[in-house]
Amino acid sequence: MKPGTTSAACTALLRRDLALTWRRRGDALNPLLFAVIVVALFPFALGPDAQVLERIAAGTIFVAVLLAALLSLDSLFRSDLDDGSLEQLVLSPHPLSLLLACKIAIHWLTTALPLIVIAPLLAMLLHLPDRVLPVLLVALALATPLLSLIGAICVALTVALRRSGMLLTLLVLPLIVPVLIFGAGACNAAQAGLPYGAPLLWLGAWLVLALVLAPLATAAALKISLT
Amino acid sequence: MNPLLLWFHKLGSPPYFYRLAGRFLPWLYAIALISGVVGLYGGLVIAPADYQQGDSFRMIYVHVPCAWMSLFVYAFMAANSFVALVWRIKLSETLAMASAPIGAAFTFITLVSGSLWGKPMWGTWWTWDARLTSELVLLFLYLGVIGLYHAIEDTRQAARAAAFLALVGVVNLPIVHYSVVWWNTLHQGQTVSLMGQSKISSSMLWPLLTMAFATHVYFFASLLARARAALLALESGKDWVRGIAQARQANAHG
Repeated sequence: MKPGTTSAACTALLRRDLALTWRRRGDALNPLLFAVIVVALFPFALGPDAQVLERIAAGTIFVAVLLAALLSLDSLFRSDLDDGSLEQLVLSPHPLSLLLACKIAIHWLTTALPLIVIAPLLAMLLHLPDRVLPVLLVALALATPLLSLIGAICVALTVALRRSGMLLTLLVLPLIVPVLIFGAGACNAAQAGLPYGAPLLWLGAWLVLALVLAPLATAAALKISLT
Repeated sequence: MNPLLLWFHKLGSPPYFYRLAGRFLPWLYAIALISGVVGLYGGLVIAPADYQQGDSFRMIYVHVPCAWMSLFVYAFMAANSFVALVWRIKLSETLAMASAPIGAAFTFITLVSGSLWGKPMWGTWWTWDARLTSELVLLFLYLGVIGLYHAIEDTRQAARAAAFLALVGVVNLPIVHYSVVWWNTLHQGQTVSLMGQSKISSSMLWPLLTMAFATHVYFFASLLARARAALLALESGKDWVRGIAQARQANAHG
């Protein structure tokens, strides 16, 4: 049998992953629900004072979104490992890093993009000033793909484990500290009326670096895990 | 073959390494103990008190060497991880994984001694300063490597996965460090530098350098001891391990 072209393989993989997510669309709502609940808990803990909430709004939303995205990371390779298609991906003649990049892209589209879409709702719950909202959205748009890419490396390392939840958190969190610092930092700077371009540019630079390196690293990690 | 290269190849063989490490171990422990006692005596007793910080400054004789070691051990672990992944040398896997708990311990001591010093000096146990935060992140990286190593059942596969994580950490550490520096800074700047004049009196400096020497030697002693035990476990089915076990048994009965 002759293998198809690489682009055909990528398209097939993209369509398959989208179809699989669509068939279990209830699961895809879980991270959204989680983020809304976490954000809604803060006013209960800190009191309904609008000034306090306004001050912590950007950071809280960032942490909630990152945690929600972290929660969904485990599903990145889980079902593929269970039904054996992950091994087929590793064995395929096409570059594994490219195929994995497609999987990560779909994962970001289906889990992180909805989080960005509901971010204005979260911002409203915590009285985030309107002028900060665009900065928050841009920062999230740069930070969530970074989390998906860095997280994918760690998921690839832990994929063969039966219970990887806590370990995955331990592996991912130290690596994404800069994402949180720059993302929330940009929002806080915007809120204080300071220039916020630099942290956003840093996030962008790191995203470019991760876009190139993370799929390669994920592929290498996956090969170690599946031997 | 070049004799040095030949020796290097021999060193990679577990039985040879086991014997050689066993011969070095007592010496390393002795040197570490002696230089550690000398360094601590010099630092805690002989060195003059600081004009500003009084006797509290003596914490640096534990804190600073451990902080240096926390970075040195990570670099050592990462270098061994690289060798293990690229050339698949079993000994490097063992060395990388044996150094992780020691590095985590040094990092932990650094954090604890730093916060003990911080209470009288800064008036607080903990502050979200750049260096403290990077050190905390380093501790989490160590814990991640150790956790991943113990979570995977097959020892060699576990070592390779954890080694890979250590390398990912190396790429990330500078980014984490500089982002945290950019974020906040309170910790005092560097006082001791390899190049040029150190900003510390020589009467205070020599115990510090002695302690740094002692912690390095201790690290290698502890590393060899751990690696020896790990090699025995890893090669438990092999003849040379059986030979050692039988010799021990004969000694015990004889």
